[in-house]
Amino acid sequence: MSEAPLLIVEDLSVAFPGRTGVTHAVRGASFSLGRERLGIVGESGSGKTTMGRALLGLVPRPGAVTARTMSFEGRDLTRCSERDWEGLRGRRMSMVMQDPKFSLNPVRTVGWQISETCRLHLRTGRRDAERRALDMLQAVQIRDPELVYHLYPHQLSGGMGQRVMIAMMLIAEPDLLIADEPTSALDVTVQNEVLRILDDLVRDRGMSLIFISHNLTVVGSFCDRVLIMYGGRIVEECDARQLHDARHPYTRALVAATPSLDEPRAELATMARDPEWLK
Amino acid sequence: MIAVTDLSVTFHNGRRPIRAVRGVSFDVAAGETFGIVGESGSGKSTVLKAIAGLVPSTSSVLAINGRPVAQRRSRADRRMLQFVFQDPYASLHPRQTVDDILREPLEIHRVEGIDEKVAKAIADVGLQPMHRFRYPHQLSGGQRQRVAIARALILNPPILLLDEPTSALDVSVQAEILNLFGRLRQRYSLTSILVSHDLAVVAHLCNRIAIMQLGRLVEIVTADDLRSGAVTADYTRRLIEASRGFTRASA
Repeated sequence: MSEAPLLIVEDLSVAFPGRTGVTHAVRGASFSLGRERLGIVGESGSGKTTMGRALLGLVPRPGAVTARTMSFEGRDLTRCSERDWEGLRGRRMSMVMQDPKFSLNPVRTVGWQISETCRLHLRTGRRDAERRALDMLQAVQIRDPELVYHLYPHQLSGGMGQRVMIAMMLIAEPDLLIADEPTSALDVTVQNEVLRILDDLVRDRGMSLIFISHNLTVVGSFCDRVLIMYGGRIVEECDARQLHDARHPYTRALVAATPSLDEPRAELATMARDPEWLK
Repeated sequence: MIAVTDLSVTFHNGRRPIRAVRGVSFDVAAGETFGIVGESGSGKSTVLKAIAGLVPSTSSVLAINGRPVAQRRSRADRRMLQFVFQDPYASLHPRQTVDDILREPLEIHRVEGIDEKVAKAIADVGLQPMHRFRYPHQLSGGQRQRVAIARALILNPPILLLDEPTSALDVSVQAEILNLFGRLRQRYSLTSILVSHDLAVVAHLCNRIAIMQLGRLVEIVTADDLRSGAVTADYTRRLIEASRGFTRASA
């Protein structure tokens, strides 16, 4: 990466005050992102989704986001007003959520929802928006875009729903896409189709992708670089192909605990959690 | 131990019948852990439920321990096999303590020495005595799945049916539960059927594995065949390739 990074994050923390004290969901995370596919791996509660949301200014109240630096294309995100965020979200950066069932509007057709993004962010006319939505459905490899355009979300299968979500997020051609477990709810064979679509779009449009997942196999084979999170911290950063030679004990334990088709073991390694990892 | 010949399950939902399982046949030997793999809608869980008698099914043979079982199971039939479900959050009663949950099957089957049996079951699955009077919401996902396994094993059934027992768990917790099951099946010489969408999990625990697609049994292979790729069906090959991770070339 010779060019300046698209996104720079230094010392990002997210805290949620609660009845029994403050929960620190993300603690002092720092990383930068260029035109690449960056994976974020961790188990439940490691703060990976919260970090993704913080990057889009979507941490719900009363959560507090603090950072020394958080800039997107040189723009300081820590000083963004709600209005500024609205200008960024959707148009410049967007997020694909885990489950299409909960993220699509159940009472609007798929086509209406995709073309709405177009009308809002690109300020195109209704006709033009419809044409672009159909093209986009074609781009995410939906076989009969004309038909699917007029369907409601409950009439879609899981894989189709996830493709529709991706179409909706990509139609405004954002520079940064954050995909939060985009394939976890899908069957393995469909999962690879969706990954291939994401991969093509990243290559063709030069988009940056943050790929959040708990699945080491998928992240290791799909991303360029990986951040491993544990208890709200980034404990290790490594090249995706080198996941199996990771240095941090947590990463090594994760790799060892995953059953592998190629390396059969009598017993899976279990993890002894070290409080040192949180320091 | 379990013989299934030409098993079919059809659900009648509205006007259109849904044929969830179509003519599936296999045998499971005593002490074997048999695996069933497939994608969503392949009918893998339905096969398991049909064996347990939880859904109505038709078959030319459905025999457990050499004896054919009727559609309506007797108490003795039901004692032969126990079920562990996918979601430990949904399969434990939220208003019952671990003690209540483990006690119930013993009371139903009028077993003696309930107190000692409950204490032993808790120790068997690696929980502490202090967990005995907790409610499910006070336990982690892995601990809840341990309770579900303890409940299934408390009547000493010869057969255990597991439906995606670890797919709601993190990998580190999954490793603990899979290891626990590996130890218990040896200690109690269990015959079991493990259903999962995860090829690596099934190949880790099972020697013989059935591949299902759209209600049909595609083929039965061994774990070694899966690893070496010595399989006959195209669909199995696609599944193996997909579960090895992302590849650029389109299939």
